[in-house]
Amino acid sequence: MTPAPGVPEIEFRGVSKKYGSGQAVLDSVNLNVSKKEFVSVIGPSGCGKSTILKLISGLTAPTAGSILVDGRTPKDARETISYVFQDATLLPWRTVRDNIGLSLELEKVPNGARESKIASLLELVGLSHVSKAYPRELSGGMRMRVSIARALATNPRLLLLDEPFAALDEMSRDRLNEEILRLRAEQEWTAVFVTHSVTEAVFLADRIVVLAPNPGRIHSVFSVDLPSPRTSAVRTSARFDALVASISHALRETLAE
Amino acid sequence: MKTHAMSAINALAVFFALVALWQIILWVFHVPPFMLPSPWAVTQAVGRRFPSLLNSLAITAEESAGGLAASVIIGTLMALVFAQSRWVRKMLYPYTLLLQTVPIIAIAPLILMWVGAGMGAVTLIAFIISLAPIIANTTQGLISVDENLVNLFVMHNASRGQLLFKLRLPHAVPSLFVGIRIASGIAVIGAITGELYAGSSRVGEGGLGYSILYASSQLQTDYLFALVFAATVLGFSFFFIVMFLEWYFLHRWHESARAPETE
Repeated sequence: MTPAPGVPEIEFRGVSKKYGSGQAVLDSVNLNVSKKEFVSVIGPSGCGKSTILKLISGLTAPTAGSILVDGRTPKDARETISYVFQDATLLPWRTVRDNIGLSLELEKVPNGARESKIASLLELVGLSHVSKAYPRELSGGMRMRVSIARALATNPRLLLLDEPFAALDEMSRDRLNEEILRLRAEQEWTAVFVTHSVTEAVFLADRIVVLAPNPGRIHSVFSVDLPSPRTSAVRTSARFDALVASISHALRETLAE
Repeated sequence: MKTHAMSAINALAVFFALVALWQIILWVFHVPPFMLPSPWAVTQAVGRRFPSLLNSLAITAEESAGGLAASVIIGTLMALVFAQSRWVRKMLYPYTLLLQTVPIIAIAPLILMWVGAGMGAVTLIAFIISLAPIIANTTQGLISVDENLVNLFVMHNASRGQLLFKLRLPHAVPSLFVGIRIASGIAVIGAITGELYAGSSRVGEGGLGYSILYASSQLQTDYLFALVFAATVLGFSFFFIVMFLEWYFLHRWHESARAPETE
């Protein structure tokens, strides 16, 4: 996908992040994410993948450099951002329906509008039949669907996903990957997707950023030129394998340095 | 259900074995009744003085329940203060320790002096003694919320009130119940101990603790035994009522409340 003209959705300029007096978690990172682009961030542990998402969302501030989200500071842009965490982070005392409605409730969306939004989201992620169930009654994959529905409830323009499928078995993960692409085709948000899995990164992304650790910095960037729409058949194509191979190679390099 | 029935049968078997042992000791050692009355004499004492036994039981139950209710309300409010910051906790924590370590027997005379003998004083003692576990457990529940859930609320610009009522308080309810379970037993013990000192403003009439003291001074050992059993029944009832409430409020969503028999 060619980058859209105009203001980038996310702009990192010389961003460094240090916690306390230790080594930098991120060291002068420059990165632009275009509107409606899907970027996967991949790298070994300790390369600051999650920190990038925390910085974009304004949950933490950079030690040096500047970050703009849609031309604004991360905190000002917060209303347009949704965050999906590694754990589904659902409220166990709320039903599926009320968990999805949480973000709307916090933003004081009136009852009627909330109800119809929840109904359409339940439909969208295929959970209408368990709308009154509690999180502990659901499988890991279903919980993650609830989490995604909750994130989409506020109509975000930017979705930050922090290894959302890391705890799932491979089959659920593949299914949810396809689902993510379908949702994105319908709703056209920008996404930054942090993952450990090369195949997942390749399958989902327009662009892949490989990070190297100690201190966290950009090692290389890959454009993913796979045909769209991406179906499960893409996973068995030669181009897919080639991309996976070169990114795996890059990852090994980050550790060898 | 099967395990419930089995454990009930086992418990009953132990009970009958103990009663049998008791009777055997009486036969073998010829213990005089004012030292150790027979099981039958105790049963008769229960029947003979049932209304006054029930009256004592009701008084102690009211004091314990009042003290416990007060410590749940005030303990939760104090936990909300404690949960505000680490600084506040560090400053106030030594005082909750004090609450736990000062022997209630030592301050009972003081309370008697301040509020006078009677149910008020005993309720106050039950309250003081059961407060610490409520504060400790509820505070723990309020501050142990998953960091990402807090982040989620922050991302959606949640207010302080929303963070408290939609996240921290509901999250703390299971811990609150752990606190109540501990506190309920202590409240009953506190009430009975309190009654030994500040039991009644009228001679011969008061809660279980007061009546135990009175019966022992009158050498009514069979009735004393009946009172001790009543105290046990009261403690058990409190425990089971709290267990039921815990199950009722939590079983739909919380793991710990789903299988009370595994406790």
